Amino acid sequence: MFKHSKLVSALAVAGVALFGAQAAQAQIVKIDGSSTVYPITEAVAEEFQKAKKNAIKVTVGISGTGGGFKKFCRDETDLSNASRPITKKEMEDCKAAGVEYIEMPVAFDALTVVINPKNTFLKEATVAELKALWEPAAQGKVMKWNQVNPAWPDAPVKLFGAGADSGTFEYFTEAIVGKAKSSRGDYTASEDDNVLVQGVSRDVNAIGYFGYAYYAENMNKLKALPIVPPKGGAAVAPSEQAVIKGTYQPLSRPIFVYVKAKSLQKPEVKEFVEFYMKNAAKLTKEVKYVPLPDNAYTGNLEHVKKNKIGTVFGGQNEVGITIEELMKREAKM
Amino acid sequence: MQALTTEQIRAVIARGKLRDNIFKAMGIFCLALALIVIVALVADMVMKGSERFTLDFFLNFASRRATQAGILSAWVGSLLVMLVTALAAVPLGVAAGLYLEEYAKRNWLTNVIEINISNLAAVPSIVYGLLALGIFVYQFGFGQSIMSAGLTLALLILPIIIVSTREAIRAIPAMIREGSMAVGATRWQTCRYHIVPYAMPGILTGVIIGLARAIGETAPIITIGALTFIAFLPPAPFTTLGDGSTAGLFDWVFAPFTVMPIQIFNWTSRPDPAFEVNAAAAGFVLMAMVLSMNAVAIWLRYKMRKNIKW
Repeated sequence: MFKHSKLVSALAVAGVALFGAQAAQAQIVKIDGSSTVYPITEAVAEEFQKAKKNAIKVTVGISGTGGGFKKFCRDETDLSNASRPITKKEMEDCKAAGVEYIEMPVAFDALTVVINPKNTFLKEATVAELKALWEPAAQGKVMKWNQVNPAWPDAPVKLFGAGADSGTFEYFTEAIVGKAKSSRGDYTASEDDNVLVQGVSRDVNAIGYFGYAYYAENMNKLKALPIVPPKGGAAVAPSEQAVIKGTYQPLSRPIFVYVKAKSLQKPEVKEFVEFYMKNAAKLTKEVKYVPLPDNAYTGNLEHVKKNKIGTVFGGQNEVGITIEELMKREAKM
Repeated sequence: MQALTTEQIRAVIARGKLRDNIFKAMGIFCLALALIVIVALVADMVMKGSERFTLDFFLNFASRRATQAGILSAWVGSLLVMLVTALAAVPLGVAAGLYLEEYAKRNWLTNVIEINISNLAAVPSIVYGLLALGIFVYQFGFGQSIMSAGLTLALLILPIIIVSTREAIRAIPAMIREGSMAVGATRWQTCRYHIVPYAMPGILTGVIIGLARAIGETAPIITIGALTFIAFLPPAPFTTLGDGSTAGLFDWVFAPFTVMPIQIFNWTSRPDPAFEVNAAAAGFVLMAMVLSMNAVAIWLRYKMRKNIKW
């Protein structure tokens, strides 16, 4: 009877489980972490497996930057995707577990403030204006555009933004409001950026923010709002050029991949990292992020070769760092 | 009391009929609403996803290019996880139901167990994910594998299987038991040759409802660490691995994996709108998987009912 054979095979499965069969895990490069960095790492992993004819396997998860570091510091993954530098707490966790890592910036992202294409009154905005819109004190009070700037119309403001668990939220609030995770709560929040894209594209009075890639793929439905840099000068719209020149401030941010020093002794991980750095510039562009200059990637490989362990950020997230500054810092290491 | 005239009686009957018809119309309306929603949902997914219904879609791995991205690792992962889930949950659930209904004495302990089983059925699935992360992934060291996922979902659907097993057993007339025992059968023989076979249609329904719920679960699977990008399949038994060794019979159980709902979720949250087509197509495939599981259940139930001769 089939019920019998089922029972037998269930017991067999349980038996194998108890007597461990963890052997099949060789030759896998394990990556987890930020969903912002995911498209780049995924593209690299896809090309890498093709180039290696599937002899080396790569897996990529999206646990978020924080979740990724948790696994990384527990010695479960080889690489960790991060949309911000490693924090003090995470550095301590890694240290306690004896996990050493090499920090590799792989691209820049431009957090993009978007409005509806039919919006005619918004040509640019200052950081102060955005702060007036988004700071916690604005909750329930700033409900109309002319409350922020008298030149703007007497129309309701519809806000769309990232959910509180994302690195994007953390960075935006730090750059605009001045304190990480401090934001008004009465806005449409979603971890799924496509919800925000839909929302802003349907409402003339809407304003929202998310990573540049989502704007780049939906340019026909959205308009990017040029931002006046905190140091003054003309307003700058997000673009590859603006990020490279360092003029799109303060919403440009570097994104990273951390690799475990111990894992680099495994040939498959080393090969993957080398492949990553050689192809990052091309693939980064393809998935709509801003690539770093070539010497940034060779610099990363240099760090790998010389085993330069640690971070150049000292556990602090910094707002408005330019590619140039980042490169200088990485070089000094 | 005054006798009613024929007209009055007719009026009463007409009023009753009218009420009948109103209720019937309401019933049909509710049914139609439910059906329209499901038909609209399926039609929407088919229309959006139609251009992806190619063989390649089923045989390709995930990719950053929407037109080349497929669901191979996802549907294989879903099937294998379901297999582990069924192998773990069905024997346990049926045995537990059988014990509670046929063997256990009615006392406060069984009452507590009963209440807890009903309560467990209502626990949000993410809680099972957290529990499994601690127990299966770390404590037992199964890692982020098909094994962990299968056992997690098995826990999730265990209450459903137990409850439906008990209900199926309860529906068997007492005289069957009495008759069996009267001719000298032991309790085990009664269960083995009468109770379980007669209860099988009901048990199967519960199993399929449970599995259909499990196959659509995302939250607990994400918690225990299913992957998003994975471009290889678990090792099939006795095939040669990359390092030249041969895969064992059960190596696939400990392989990393992804499942359909996670793949769909990933595609809907991507910047490139072209992936919505993939998500719709994959959604339809998942739906087809659930519907065909239900169809199998109905067919099995029909076949087994025919064989029951009371």
